[in-house]
Amino acid sequence: METADLIFRIVLIVVIFAISLVVAMYSTYAERKVAAFFQDRVGPNRAGPWGILQPLADGGKMFLKEEIIPTNATGFLFIVGPSLAILTACIGSAVIPWGSAIQIGGRTFDLQVTDINVGVLYIFGVVSLGVYGIMIGGWASNNKYSLLGAIRAASQNISYEISMGLSIIALLMLTGTLSLKEIAEQQHGFHWNVWRQPLGFILFLVCAFAETNRSPFDLPECETELVGGYHTEYSSMKLGFYLFAEYINMFISSAVMATLYWGGYNYPFMDDMAVWFSPNTAAIVGVVILFGKIFFSIFFFMWVRWTIPRFRYDQLMDLGWKILIPLAIANIVLTGVGSTLLTHFGY
Amino acid sequence: MESLSNKRKVLEVKPLTLLERAYLPVIVGGLATTMKHFFKKPVTISYPEEKREFSENFRGMHSLKRDENGKERCTACGLCALSCPAEAITMTAAERQKGEEHLYREEKYAAVYEINMLRCIFCGLCEEACPKEAIYLDGDIVPADYLRKDFIYGKDKLVEAPLNQ
Repeated sequence: METADLIFRIVLIVVIFAISLVVAMYSTYAERKVAAFFQDRVGPNRAGPWGILQPLADGGKMFLKEEIIPTNATGFLFIVGPSLAILTACIGSAVIPWGSAIQIGGRTFDLQVTDINVGVLYIFGVVSLGVYGIMIGGWASNNKYSLLGAIRAASQNISYEISMGLSIIALLMLTGTLSLKEIAEQQHGFHWNVWRQPLGFILFLVCAFAETNRSPFDLPECETELVGGYHTEYSSMKLGFYLFAEYINMFISSAVMATLYWGGYNYPFMDDMAVWFSPNTAAIVGVVILFGKIFFSIFFFMWVRWTIPRFRYDQLMDLGWKILIPLAIANIVLTGVGSTLLTHFGY
Repeated sequence: MESLSNKRKVLEVKPLTLLERAYLPVIVGGLATTMKHFFKKPVTISYPEEKREFSENFRGMHSLKRDENGKERCTACGLCALSCPAEAITMTAAERQKGEEHLYREEKYAAVYEINMLRCIFCGLCEEACPKEAIYLDGDIVPADYLRKDFIYGKDKLVEAPLNQ
């Protein structure tokens, strides 16, 4: 790897890390603002104009709060829990292609930290690691509510990972690759995967809600039943990490969803853009459009949260095992038969 | 059993239809409903800057009135304290001295007049009891404070501002 390439990579890593943290920070603000608008309120508006300094105030508060580690908690694991949650949330963004290649001084740079050929698998691995943060934190708290929350999180994630994986398989049958970069490139222009895999997308979306522990599947932290769920005993910045990890997860899963189904950085007339202006402009517009897709997706997460109530636990399991998994398998069969027939008749 | 009031309504729990069991159509309906609210005007009144309009007979903070010459009306008869169901009012009477005629209307006046705003229930019985039309609950909401002792309002806070000189 050349020096210029290495420097570009390091800069890209820092920028993406910063962006995901800032997006997560402002997601907390956006969540409160969006919730307020959905309920005919105005939301936080005191810290700075329209309350845009609210996340800073919240962060400052989190840092200054008293740090409590319960006497009967397992000290080491109690700290490992939130650290693991935030770590796994942050490393997911490494394989996401943020844009097509740009040229600086005659060199071509990919707007992607690393293009591993098992990108989708990597994302899955990281996402399923995420539940360990919750599990360890809930276990180490030595509190019944925390433990129940952690158990719920674990069983929920295991159940929904299956149908998530199955819904992805149907997509992979069409793309023929696990590399997120290639998947994004295949959707050039307006050939987005969602037109070919509408059912797969809906299944993936529902599972993404469950994997990020967002409403209506936020049973691990359902306050009416479990006080605070797995983070009942947490305070100060360790609680902040748990809450933050949820928002970073939301950002990453939105990015994955946009890349897999909504064409990533592709948009209609992107070739014309490259001709009219310059390839670099077209690439940067692509990045902006990808972020637009991601932000809409995050907004959708919030929209759903403030619309529908939480599922009951048995309903959650019923939905996962009796509806989503059969549907995902049917989707695989349909995709297989469909693509075979289409190839057979020469499309 | 026969219903006596004729108001009994028999409720039937119907099993969910396939559309309802599929969740998604109903959820889309819900999303449309919340989206309608997203663009509605907020009903919030941002309190210290904006104030809700009160009705005309709203009972807020008390004020001790002056007459048309700017003299205090209160003669410290104690009827307000007597009528107060919360026992929030206390006062000490004093005799008007020579040269104070421009301050107090009658020969007797309240040297100390205190209302404990934490006890007051804003019932308005004091203004009904007052024979001199000296006290009215026509003020604003009583503001918040940090210490209990700061809620005992004396004459400095209660008496109306003097007439324009």
